[in-house]
Amino acid sequence: MKLELRGITKSFPGVVANDNVNLELNTGEVLSLIGENGAGKSTLMSVLYGMYKPDEGEIVIDGTPLVFASPADAIAAGIGMVHQHFMLVPVFTVAENVVLGVEPTGALGKLNIDEARRMVREISDKYNLDLDPDAVIEDLPVGVQQRVEIVKVLLRDAKVVVFDEPTAVLTPREIIEFFEIVKTLVSAGRGVVFITHKLKEALNIADRIAVLRRGKVVGEADPKTATESQIAEMMVGRPVQLTVEKSSAQAGDVVLKVTDLTVLDADGRTHVESVSFEVHAGEIVGIAGVQGNGQTELVEALTGLRKATSGVIALDGKDLTHSNPRERHQMGMAHIPEDRQRQGLVGGLSVAENLVLTRYHDDQFSHGVIVDWDAANAKAETLITEYDIRTPNKETGVGTLSGGNQQKVIVARELSRDLRLTIAAQPTRGVDVGSIEYIHSRIVKERDAGTAVLIVSTELEEVMALSDRLLVMYRGKVVAELDPKKVTPMEVGLYMAGSRPDSAVSA
Amino acid sequence: MKNLFNKLGERLNRVSSMKLTLLAVLSALIVGAFIIVISDVDNLRDGDILGAVSTVGSAYWALVVGSFGSLRAISNTINSSTPLILCGVSVAIAFKAGLFNIGATGQMLAGGMTALWVGFAMDGPGYVQVPLAILAGAIGGAVFGAIPGILKARTGAHEVITTIMLNNMAAFFILWLLKTDLFQREDRTDPISKLVSAEGRLPRLFGFIDGRADLIAHIGFIVALCAVFVYWWFLKKTTTGFEFRAYGLNGDAATYAGMHVKRLTVLSMMFAGGFAGLAGAAEVLGTYGYASTNFAGNIGFDAIAIALLGQSSPLGTLFAAILFGALQAGGRQMQTNSDVPIDLIIVLRALIVMFIAAPLLVKTIWRTKNATITAGQTFRGWGS
Repeated sequence: MKLELRGITKSFPGVVANDNVNLELNTGEVLSLIGENGAGKSTLMSVLYGMYKPDEGEIVIDGTPLVFASPADAIAAGIGMVHQHFMLVPVFTVAENVVLGVEPTGALGKLNIDEARRMVREISDKYNLDLDPDAVIEDLPVGVQQRVEIVKVLLRDAKVVVFDEPTAVLTPREIIEFFEIVKTLVSAGRGVVFITHKLKEALNIADRIAVLRRGKVVGEADPKTATESQIAEMMVGRPVQLTVEKSSAQAGDVVLKVTDLTVLDADGRTHVESVSFEVHAGEIVGIAGVQGNGQTELVEALTGLRKATSGVIALDGKDLTHSNPRERHQMGMAHIPEDRQRQGLVGGLSVAENLVLTRYHDDQFSHGVIVDWDAANAKAETLITEYDIRTPNKETGVGTLSGGNQQKVIVARELSRDLRLTIAAQPTRGVDVGSIEYIHSRIVKERDAGTAVLIVSTELEEVMALSDRLLVMYRGKVVAELDPKKVTPMEVGLYMAGSRPDSAVSA
Repeated sequence: MKNLFNKLGERLNRVSSMKLTLLAVLSALIVGAFIIVISDVDNLRDGDILGAVSTVGSAYWALVVGSFGSLRAISNTINSSTPLILCGVSVAIAFKAGLFNIGATGQMLAGGMTALWVGFAMDGPGYVQVPLAILAGAIGGAVFGAIPGILKARTGAHEVITTIMLNNMAAFFILWLLKTDLFQREDRTDPISKLVSAEGRLPRLFGFIDGRADLIAHIGFIVALCAVFVYWWFLKKTTTGFEFRAYGLNGDAATYAGMHVKRLTVLSMMFAGGFAGLAGAAEVLGTYGYASTNFAGNIGFDAIAIALLGQSSPLGTLFAAILFGALQAGGRQMQTNSDVPIDLIIVLRALIVMFIAAPLLVKTIWRTKNATITAGQTFRGWGS
């Protein structure tokens, strides 16, 4: 099968999301679609999957132009999509999830679960997916859940499978397994579209790379010859610094001291178990780990959003285990939260209002109960310039900005005051290459100014590049303290997966 | 220059959301016209389609004349609008903080009774008695409104459930209160209160015009306008107002930013209760001069539609309340002049709310291109 997108144009009020995009894909190859956030990747795939109707252009399969009015049409034409956020029913089994919507039924519409099991087993064997049809989804690791999504797509007989940022949720080991699956799919004669913003992965797996910038395909790259920095430059439109530039740390006094911290949730499940560590002034400590191993809860406990069950958190020697978020904030703690849209910003408020979200009560921005909006707006103007926040103006709703600029609003707000400790969780998740570069340099600058910095990230590469010391969390415990300069990502990956490689060098 | 364009763009967006509101009202009037025609049995039986159409004309004309056509009509509109504005602000301010206040009725009853009690308990010149009684109304409503706020902050009980329940409790409590010696009128056996003394009544707005006892609008309207201003000022200028807006739009972010969200929950319901309490005071001390069991009527529920129609903005809520008040006042004239029953007003209001709730429908009908739809008012769902 040959899939072609011809002259696809799709605009929304004020933006042209796709501008005359031409792409083609043959079965048996992997096309990687790469671009910054907001470059139009998702829109393009939504057009392909029948969720948006293009303003102009057509989708052509084997020479026949088709019109997709809904995802059902796209599925019927042999296009399958594995979304970044899985569409699975957590309490159903693998087989039940896979057949949902196309259930094999017997007399009177009775579900034939044996047939469903057989179908799952057949596809699983054919593509080496190693799935148990009777396992319940919520018991399965994320990597396995992703394979269930793949089976769903294959069962609907997809000739072309689109993966939307598939590796974002996987461990390094799972990513390797995922690439094996992609290779199997391709050798079985399917086509794969692999959407990503990770250059390394695109170079690793793709047969061809198409780069999207501001809605246009700005070029194709051959993974055999192209380099990361070439592709990054195509994505951003200017040369970018891919590595983090920093001198060695000048560690000072202990700023944050965590002793035997344990965090249980309301149901009594342990998320953080007797964790102890220190962060010194002028150093960056990174916490690596697969998502869901207690990092979120650790950060929430450190910032006062969640109660510590036991243990002590001290900042500059002062016990703040029982202080609320505002008290911690006023003691010089900055928090860049992991989910900027859920926690870090109020999408419906303006850029200026978000820039004072944690500081409106400071004497600087209010007199008694009255907010001094003149002062807040003046500060907003300064920060927008200083942090290069690309926004039409300070009154624009922050929810309309791109991910990178939203993150810059948070970084500007949190770092633009005298700090003792900065806690940054997933500081560059879903942020474009250009902004990543900027945010990293800001964090290093903060360190060099003598602030203690704690970085929590599931992006192993990022946390290794930024940290001066690296902690690995697994099932709520800190299982290793490493020197990021002396270990390989593979070794850290093993700690993240819970095993203890003997070869790794402990710091 | 670029800045100017952006500003203009934003202005247009805001206008288009207002345009959508106006189109919703217009759509409701058109559907209402059809309803008038098909229910005009007399003319239709005679095959007189034109006659039926002219009924629409005379009915809508009567609405206009009855609401704004004379000083008396304007006074009636003002009088109907007053409690609607205050309760509209009550619902709107809770919406802003992400809470759904269905309890304006109960809060109005609580506020009205407190105002009445203070009115009885005092013997003084009007300029002392009236402000104190109005203040008492606000406090009574605020205290009653705080209950669902505290319940939510402490136990997570959803305010939709608790405010509805508290409406019933208030209604029955007042039924009992009005039978006590303190309140019940001496010569009556039914639940109705003594009359407020002439000094304790709210002065009439047009009292300076001699011999026009029919101009019933009272200074409660001024109180309502002040309330709208206070609401605007509170939202725009104060730290707590900023906290309300942030909390209403994103509760997680408010918590992250160090706001005391439980305190905000209680405060917002208290403020909501306070505004509804003012409405109760205005009705009891202004419009009626006594309290009966149902002086709150349907106002607390109409207020929900008003806050939705006005998208909870201060000015929007004010105009929506005046529109509803005008429909109320004009409806009586319409019933007299054109045989179209006043129930049509209820139908019209329902249609307006329906079209407001379905912006896509309005867009399809009027084929408007502008895509910016504000999703109307939101409050946090059941889970939170």
